[in-house]
Amino acid sequence: METPQIDNTRIADASRGALSRDDIERREKVFSVNDLAVSYSGKVALQDVQLDVHRNTVTAFIGPSGCGKSTFIRCFNRMNDLVPGAKVEGSVLYHGADLYGDDVDPVEIRRRIGMVFQKPNPFPKSIYDNIAFGPRVLAMKGNLDERVEGALRQAALWDEVKGRLKDGALGLSGGQQQRLCIARALAVEPDVILMDEPASALDPISTTRIEDLMHELKRDYTIVIVTHNMQQAARVADMTAFFSVVVHEDGSARRGILVEYDTTAKIFTTPSDKRTEDYVTGRFG
Amino acid sequence: MTVIEPRVERDFEPAPEQFGRRSQAWKNRLFKTAMLFSMFVAFGTLAVLLVDTIVTGWPALNSQLLTGLPSTLPEEAGGRPAILATLYLGALVLLLSVPIGVLTAIYLEEYADRTRWWNRLIEVNIQNLAAVPSIVYGILGLAFIVRGIGVGRVVLAGGLILTLVVLPTVVVASREAIRSVPDSIRQGAFALGATKWQVVWRQVLPAAIPGMATGSILALSRAVGETAPLIMVGAITYVAFNPELFGAYTALPVQIYNWTRQPDPGFQTLAAAAAIVLLVIVLSMNSVAIFLRNRYRKQW
Amino acid sequence: MPPAVVIEQPAPLALPRKRVRWGEQFVHLILFIAAAISVLTTVGIVISLLLPALDFFREVSPVEFFTGTTWAPLFLDAHFGVVPLVVGTFVISFWSALLAFPLGVGVAIYLSEYANQRVAGVLKPILEILAAIPTVVLGYFALTFVTPLLRDIGLDVEIFNALSASLVLGVLLIPTIASLSEDAMAAVPRDLRDGGYALGADKLQVSTRIVVPAAISGIIAAFVLGFSRAVGETMIVLIAAGQLAQITFDPRETIETMTAFIGATGNGDVPTGSIEYKTIFAVGLTLFVITLVMNLISIRLVRKYREVYE
Repeated sequence: METPQIDNTRIADASRGALSRDDIERREKVFSVNDLAVSYSGKVALQDVQLDVHRNTVTAFIGPSGCGKSTFIRCFNRMNDLVPGAKVEGSVLYHGADLYGDDVDPVEIRRRIGMVFQKPNPFPKSIYDNIAFGPRVLAMKGNLDERVEGALRQAALWDEVKGRLKDGALGLSGGQQQRLCIARALAVEPDVILMDEPASALDPISTTRIEDLMHELKRDYTIVIVTHNMQQAARVADMTAFFSVVVHEDGSARRGILVEYDTTAKIFTTPSDKRTEDYVTGRFG
Repeated sequence: MTVIEPRVERDFEPAPEQFGRRSQAWKNRLFKTAMLFSMFVAFGTLAVLLVDTIVTGWPALNSQLLTGLPSTLPEEAGGRPAILATLYLGALVLLLSVPIGVLTAIYLEEYADRTRWWNRLIEVNIQNLAAVPSIVYGILGLAFIVRGIGVGRVVLAGGLILTLVVLPTVVVASREAIRSVPDSIRQGAFALGATKWQVVWRQVLPAAIPGMATGSILALSRAVGETAPLIMVGAITYVAFNPELFGAYTALPVQIYNWTRQPDPGFQTLAAAAAIVLLVIVLSMNSVAIFLRNRYRKQW
Repeated sequence: MPPAVVIEQPAPLALPRKRVRWGEQFVHLILFIAAAISVLTTVGIVISLLLPALDFFREVSPVEFFTGTTWAPLFLDAHFGVVPLVVGTFVISFWSALLAFPLGVGVAIYLSEYANQRVAGVLKPILEILAAIPTVVLGYFALTFVTPLLRDIGLDVEIFNALSASLVLGVLLIPTIASLSEDAMAAVPRDLRDGGYALGADKLQVSTRIVVPAAISGIIAAFVLGFSRAVGETMIVLIAAGQLAQITFDPRETIETMTAFIGATGNGDVPTGSIEYKTIFAVGLTLFVITLVMNLISIRLVRKYREVYE
C-alpha cells in the first residue's frame, strides 16, 4: 500500500500527548452507539453507525458534506426530537443507560450534554445574562456570580469581558461570541460538550484559541466535535470517525454511513478503508 | 488536439434600426409621469384633506368641545362624553386584544402541530376573520347584545366588539414578530435544557416585543377610528353624561357621524373640529408605532 | 495476541425520568383556549347571521330577495329585492378599484424600483398615515369637499352620489394596494433584475417585464384585497353616497350599498324581531358570503400564480 502523502498535520509529534487506543478504551464509555439509523419523514439520513465515545477524550466526526455528521451528533443530546418527523432507531447508551428510553426526560438530558453550534448564537442579552440563562431556568442553587465567572474562566474569556459583563453579547467579536457560547454551556455543569463545527465560521486565530480550549476542557469534560476540516481533527482529536455518503442503487436517495473509527493517528496515517484513505489524502471530498 | 478555427469575423456594429431607442425614451418619460401622478394623487389628497379639515374645524376647536356636553345648539355643544368613551374603549381594546392576540400567535407559531386539522382550521379562520367587513362584527354584536348575553348597549359591549375586529390584526403582527426571531436562539436555549415555555417566555417573547408593540398600537389606532360596529351595537346619538363601563355611551367617531348629519352648519364645523381631535389621537398613535418600528429594527 | 483488556464499566447511570410538567401542560391549554377564541368568533358570526336570516327567508322568498330589483323594506308596500344594494356596492367598488389599482401599482413600482432608500423611508410612513385616516373623517371629506368640488368643475352630481365616495375610497385603498404590491416586488430576488440589466434592458423594461410578472401573485392578491375592502366599506358610503336604493351605473346618482343599508337601519329605531330588523341579517349574510368568496378566490389565485424562487 502506497503510503499516502499527508503534509501539514502534526501527526509527527504524536508524542505530544496523544493517547493510544488502549489508553482510550480503558476509560469509561460515555456513549455507546449500536446500529443507529436516523430518518427524517421516512427518508433515511444515516445508517449503520457503531461507536463508543470514552471519557475525557476528544472524538471528531469528519466526512464530506451530507454524510450525516451533524445529524449524528444531535442524537447525543436528543436535539433531533425537536425536528418534526425525525426518527432515531438503534441504541444510544449514555453511561450504560438507554438515552432514548421511554421514560427518559430529554429536557434534563440536555443539561448534562451541552452543545455549541456552528454559527455562534449568543442570546440578544448581556454577557452576564447569557451565561446566567442556563442556571436560572434550571433553578441551580449557589452563587450565580461565581458560576458566571467560573464558566467564563473555563472558556478563557473572563479576562476579556470581566469589566463589561452588562454589555450586550452581540457586541463581541465572532471568536469571543463562540467562547461565550462555550461558557454558556459550561455554566450548567455538563458532562459532555458537543460541538458542531465550532470554528468553521471563525478566523484562523480564533480557531486556534478554540482548539487550545478543547485541549484544556477535555481534562474535565468529554468532547465530541463535528468538523469538515481534516487538519483540525488531526490537531485536536484523540479518536476520529470518518463518515461518507452512499448513493442508492437507482441514484435517488443518499444516506450517510460510518466508514471507519479509530485513533486519529491511525486514520490519518494508515487508514484501513480505501474510502478513508481517499478522503484524507484529498483524492475525494 | 485539434485546433479550432475561429468562425468568419462578425460585424459587431448592429444596424440602428434594430434598436427602437427613441420610442423607448418617450415611453420612459410617460411612465415616469404616470408614476409621479400616482404619488401626487395619493399625497395631494391627504394634504388637501388635512388642510380642509383643520381650516373648517379650527373655529370650533376650543375647550368647549373638549370638556362640554352635547347640546341641541351647536354653540353650546361639546364632545367630552364622546372623547372619554373613545379613551375607555381604547383601553378596553388594549387590555383584551393584546393578551389574546399574543397568546394566539404564540400558540400558532410555537406550539401548534400543523399536521392536525384543528390547528389548520384556526389558521384559516384568522385569515378569514381579517377579511370580514367591520360592520359584520357589528351585526354579531347586535345579535348577541339584544338577545344572547344581553349585556346591553354599554361601553363594555362596544369594547368587546372592537376587540374582535382588531384581534386578527394583532395576531398577524405578533406572528410576524415571533417569526422574525432567529431559530438559532431557540436551538441554543433548548440545548441548555430549557423547557418549551421557558424558551418562549425568556427568549422568543422578549425579542419579539418591539414588533408586537408596533402591531398592537396600529391595531388600537384602527379600533379607535372604527364607527360602523359601534353604530350597530348602540352607541346612541345623544349622550349628555360621562360614560361608565356598564352605561350608555357614544364615541368620538359616532359623534362626528351624527354631527355630520345635522343640517345646521354649526354642527358641520363641530364635526370638523371633532375630526381634528380624532385625527390627532389616531395619527399620534400611528407615529409612535412607526417610530418604535424604526428604532427597534433589529440587526441579527 | 495480547490478552483482551477487561474493562470494568460502572453500573448504568440512572437517567432523569420523564415527569409530567404541569406548568407546561397548563400553558399549552391556555394558549389553545386563546386560539380557540377566533374560532368562536367565526361561529358567532355565522350563527348571528344565519339564524335571523333563515327566519327572514321564511317570510320573504329567497327568489324575491336575490332577484328582485326593488328594495323598499320599510314601506307599507314592502319590496325586498336586494339587487339594487348589490349593484350599488359593486358600482362603488368598481370605480374605487379603477382609481386605486393603477395608481397603487404605480406607487408600488416607484417605491420598489425607482426611489432610493431615503425617499422611500419618508414616503412609506406618509402612505401609512393615509391608510390610517378613520373612514368617518373621509366620509365627511367626501360630502363636504369633494361633492361641491365636483359640482364646481361642472359635473352634475347629486348631493349624495357614488362618484365622490368612490374617489375618496379609491384614494384610501391606494396605500393598501401599494404596500402589498411593493412587498411582492421586493420579494423578487435581485438576480432576476440583474439578469435583465445585464442584457441591456433599462429600468422601465426590467420593472414592467420582469419584476411585475414575477410579483404578479402578490399584485393580484393586493387587488382582490382592495376590492374586498371596498365592498365592505361602510362609513364613506353611508355619509356621502346616500340611501336611495336604485339600480344605476351612473356614478353621479345617489345609490345605497349593502353596508350603508345595514348601518342606517341598525342605527335607527327598528323594533327587534320585526321584518325590517331581520333584513339587516339577510343583507348582512349576503355581504358576508360575498367577501368570504372573494377572500377564498384571492387565496386560490395567490397559490396558483406564486413563483417559487428557491
